[in-house]
Formats: sequence, structure tokens, C-alpha cells
Amino acid sequence: MLRWFGSILVAVTLSITAFAVAVDDKPLKDPVKEAMARALMKEIRCLVCQNQSIEDSNADLARDLRQIVRERISLGDSPDNVRAYLVDRYGDWVLLEPPVNTSTYLLWGSPFLLLLLVAYGVMRSRREQAGPAPLSSEEQEKLNAILREGDGK
Amino acid sequence: MNGFGRFIPLLIVVVLVGVFLSAMMSDRNPKEIKSVMIGKPVPTFEIPNLFDDQPALTDARLRSGKPVIVNFFASWCLPCRAEHENLVTLASGYTVDVIGIAYKDDPEASRDFLDELGNPYAAAGVDRDGRLAIDWGVSGVPETFFIDGEGVIRYRHWGPIVGDSLRVQLLPQLEELQ
Repeated sequence: MLRWFGSILVAVTLSITAFAVAVDDKPLKDPVKEAMARALMKEIRCLVCQNQSIEDSNADLARDLRQIVRERISLGDSPDNVRAYLVDRYGDWVLLEPPVNTSTYLLWGSPFLLLLLVAYGVMRSRREQAGPAPLSSEEQEKLNAILREGDGK
Repeated sequence: MNGFGRFIPLLIVVVLVGVFLSAMMSDRNPKEIKSVMIGKPVPTFEIPNLFDDQPALTDARLRSGKPVIVNFFASWCLPCRAEHENLVTLASGYTVDVIGIAYKDDPEASRDFLDELGNPYAAAGVDRDGRLAIDWGVSGVPETFFIDGEGVIRYRHWGPIVGDSLRVQLLPQLEELQ
């Protein structure tokens, strides 16, 4: 009984610290807009920690950016507008998924390039496995003649 | 397949080695986020002055016809402390106004910071909630911007001005601006 009580206590304490992170983040009252803002936050890179989205970063700047995202969404901005607002200030880097443009062609194209290379390799190894080409009728004739000569001995 | 074709894999490897080597040898900081603000006019703003007896700081101050340097700093920021001596050098030795913007800092603490280390700023503003910094594309303090006389951002130094970066990076940029 005491152990059971203890584990409940631990669970409650842990959940309090878990809530502490989000406490100063006020979700929007409109659940549709809040969902829109949350989806957008997952796409925005935290510029301090760099490989996290602002949605799951505890950095100060990430919290400020979350607030800006919510603010603009609640004022009626579309997610595209908010994205453009952030790209204007921080560049494409702020988006976790890089957009396709001249500087990212290689990035997006590299899987296809790799596929082409593999196809090329497969083609080559198949050609090698096929062995030498069959004899032409002229060559066959010559071979037959040589074999006959050998028989005659 | 004979002739040139068989060298294609080798060629690919050589090109890749070249690309990776050049990336490894360059002294670029992979954590540095390139500013997209270069070549853009400074955002319009009006923020309270760090010193109560002086007028609010606005973007008009950055369009005086003479180049200025804008430095985002905070008293709680250790790298800012480290670069401060260089800012004093810049302000006293190079006839250029340095404008300070205190990022997310208690004005009282900012003033104490300047009292302790010397005040290189010709003017200083308070960006209490950090909103102005976001408009400038600042990702953390310190960051330093060079503004030409027309209010266009010409250069951004990311991180503290320490080591030889004053001599190697900032002074040549300043010379070009003037």
C-alpha cells in the first residue's frame, strides 16, 4: 500500500515538472487555429538548438517564435503567410524541410542520382555475367573445321 | 563501356572527395546562420532609450547619412562581456557611432553592465521582449550589424567580436563602408 502510494506521488511530481515547460505557453482558444499553429510549429526550426522544431524546444527564442506563430494565426494569417514572415527574417534555414530551389536541387535530386548510379552498376554487372557473345556463323564454321582436323588425326 | 565509361566511378569519387575536403578545410562555422538581412533596409522601429533622460531610439537614427554599427547585447550574456573591449575600441578609435540594443535585459542591469565595462554606445535602446531582434533576424546575442548611411544593412557579424575578428573581418568591412 505504501509502495503504491509512493509511486503515485512520484508520478504526480514528474507530471508537474512536465507541465512546467508549457505553462507560459497559452494555447489559442479556437481549437482549429490552435491545431493550425501547432502544425506550423513542427515545421519551424529552433534557431538556437538548430535541429529541433520550435514545437519541442525549450529555448527562449523558440518560445518567442511560438508566441509569434500563435499571434499571427489568431489574427487570421494563413500558415503560408507566417512561414513567409519567418523566412523573410531568418531565411529558408528556419524551415525544417528545405524548399526546392536552385540551391537545393542537388539535395533533392541526390536520391535520384544515386538510383541512376545503382541502375548503371546493375546493368554493367549483368553484362559481365552474360559471358562472351555467341560465335558468329563464320567463327562456328572455323571452329568446326579445327575440330574435324583434330578428329582426323 | 570501354574507354571513358570505366572512369566514371573514379571521377565521381574524386569529385566527392574534393567537395568534402573543401567543406572541411574552409573556416566556416557550420552553426552560423547566414543573415538574409544583408542588402535590406533596417526594419522600422521605435524602442525606449536605455537612459530615461534621452529620446526614444528609432530607425531614423540609422539613416543619418553616416554609417553606424548596431550591436545587440545583454548583461546576462557572457560572450557580450568578452567582446565589449573591442566595441569600446571601435567606438573610440574609428569615428563610427556604435548603437547598442539591450536584448531581453532588465534596463537596470544593462546600465550596470555599461557602468562596469565602459559605455561604447552613442545611443542605446531597450528591446525588452526581444521582438525587435526577431525583426532583425537575430538568433542570439551578441550580433553586430553594419548599416550604411541610407539605413541599409551591409554586413552582419554573428557571435562575439573576439580573437582577430575585429582586425580581420570588421575593420575591412568598416573601411569599405566609409
